[in-house]
Amino acid sequence: MSSHPLLVSALALAVALAAGGRLLVDQQAQRQETGSVLKLLLGESRRAFAMHVFLKADAYFHQGFYPSVFDSPAAAEAKTHLVEATEENHHHEHNHGHAHNQHRDWIEAFGCHFQPSEHRHLEGLGQAREILPWLRLAAELDPQRVETYTVTAYWLREQLNQVKEAEAFLREGLRANPDSYEILFELGRLYAENDRDVPRARIVLELAVEKWLRQEASKVSPDHVSYRQILGQLAALEERAGNLERALAHYFRVYQVSPNPATVQKRIEELRAKLAAPQKPPP
Amino acid sequence: MNTVCSLAKVVVLEMVRRKDFYVLFILTVLLTGTAGSVNLFNDRSIVRYLKEICLLLIWLSSLVMAITCTARQIPMEREQRTIFPLLAKPVTRGQFLLGKFLGCWLAVGMALAVFYFFFGLVSASREQQWPVLNYVQAAWLHWVMLGVVVAFTLLGSIVFAAPSSNGTICFVVSVGILLLGRHLNKVALGLPQPWQSLLYGSYFVIPHLELFDVRDLIIHNWELIPWGMVGLATLYAAAYAAVFLLAAIWVFRRRPLN
Repeated sequence: MSSHPLLVSALALAVALAAGGRLLVDQQAQRQETGSVLKLLLGESRRAFAMHVFLKADAYFHQGFYPSVFDSPAAAEAKTHLVEATEENHHHEHNHGHAHNQHRDWIEAFGCHFQPSEHRHLEGLGQAREILPWLRLAAELDPQRVETYTVTAYWLREQLNQVKEAEAFLREGLRANPDSYEILFELGRLYAENDRDVPRARIVLELAVEKWLRQEASKVSPDHVSYRQILGQLAALEERAGNLERALAHYFRVYQVSPNPATVQKRIEELRAKLAAPQKPPP
Repeated sequence: MNTVCSLAKVVVLEMVRRKDFYVLFILTVLLTGTAGSVNLFNDRSIVRYLKEICLLLIWLSSLVMAITCTARQIPMEREQRTIFPLLAKPVTRGQFLLGKFLGCWLAVGMALAVFYFFFGLVSASREQQWPVLNYVQAAWLHWVMLGVVVAFTLLGSIVFAAPSSNGTICFVVSVGILLLGRHLNKVALGLPQPWQSLLYGSYFVIPHLELFDVRDLIIHNWELIPWGMVGLATLYAAAYAAVFLLAAIWVFRRRPLN
């Protein structure tokens, strides 16, 4: 068989793939949700791919040292460490549910020299940026996956100091998920902690509370963690702004759903004491 | 040895004249370039995803080249009837197969060198570093793995009737081992007897091609693999390649040429 038809076909395929890729890039730039190329190509299966891509970001966070579905089925169902880090706001020690140092046979023992075999995180200046492509792709594949936006925004603003990009990404998420209290909370946190824009942060966080009450309050097991986080952020914001009575009202609501009410009670007492203290006259 | 080298040289020249490598290389460059042109949060220094895509394309291209190039060698010689005058000369069937193996292996090695050089350029353009030794290890392990693939494709080209079926089977087997090879033992442990013993036994028998896949180490900038381990891996691959080649020679000696 002559190789010319093969060459022409392969070059045509290469051009088509490159053009398709370019189309994706342009589409991303225009940020159009409807008529997405990925949606057209993959249909609803893209959501399954989105989960896989999100896990890929977690694997990158661990520099390739990551359990497969064969190593620990439970680990695949558990929360990713990217999400845990976002919620707890700090790095913590964890294991992957499998012991890599215990080899079942000589092939495993030999093979560990040829793959990442030590628990490491992406650390150092701006290293966390390497997880971003996969998070971006996960959002493209499944725009309704709220976690992708909140996690990405957290890493952008906390680790990479890219506050503007984090805000733009959260707004993109909000357009795809207008009722998400999680995205509103993350946006409010960004305004409060990075922009120091108290009025804007207050509006967004109060909207988050409203959305939470509308969606979760009537449920049998509502998402109390998110509710506490939103109220806690709101209370801290008011306290910093000097609106102690408002802060106190928010802490009372936290107290009602807190698993550790004693700590909240202590905070309430402190605020009450502050309120009762005589105001210093202006000099 | 001169006979083997001459045969190998012919195979390499044939590979240089064919367009397979050029097409696959252009495809890799185009797709890597497209992936690199994506704007990700206005950050131009993100590189690991690009390394991953580039290495994946290199692996796929090299497998396609190694398998298609090897699978057509003997059927082509038969079809063009050039095998008869060749074996009428003082060339044994063993030398003929060794020449074909060496030629295919050298040809994919040359292609790999170009691919890895391109990968180094892509990586250096964003990372501002060039860990040459790590790349040499990765390329070497990749190449010795392809030696095993070339050897069993050569065996397949004698056993199976058509190059297309041989190519498909070899590709599926190679990709299957690369994806699942290291997990067979874990799957086996969850099975009842006698399936457990059967699967665990096959885990020890198959060539573990995935051992040579060190892409994760390269992508995430891990340290060098101990050279002793690289040497052992090379011996492991050489042993499997030798077994497949001996099997190919043994089968080829017993087969009529037409």
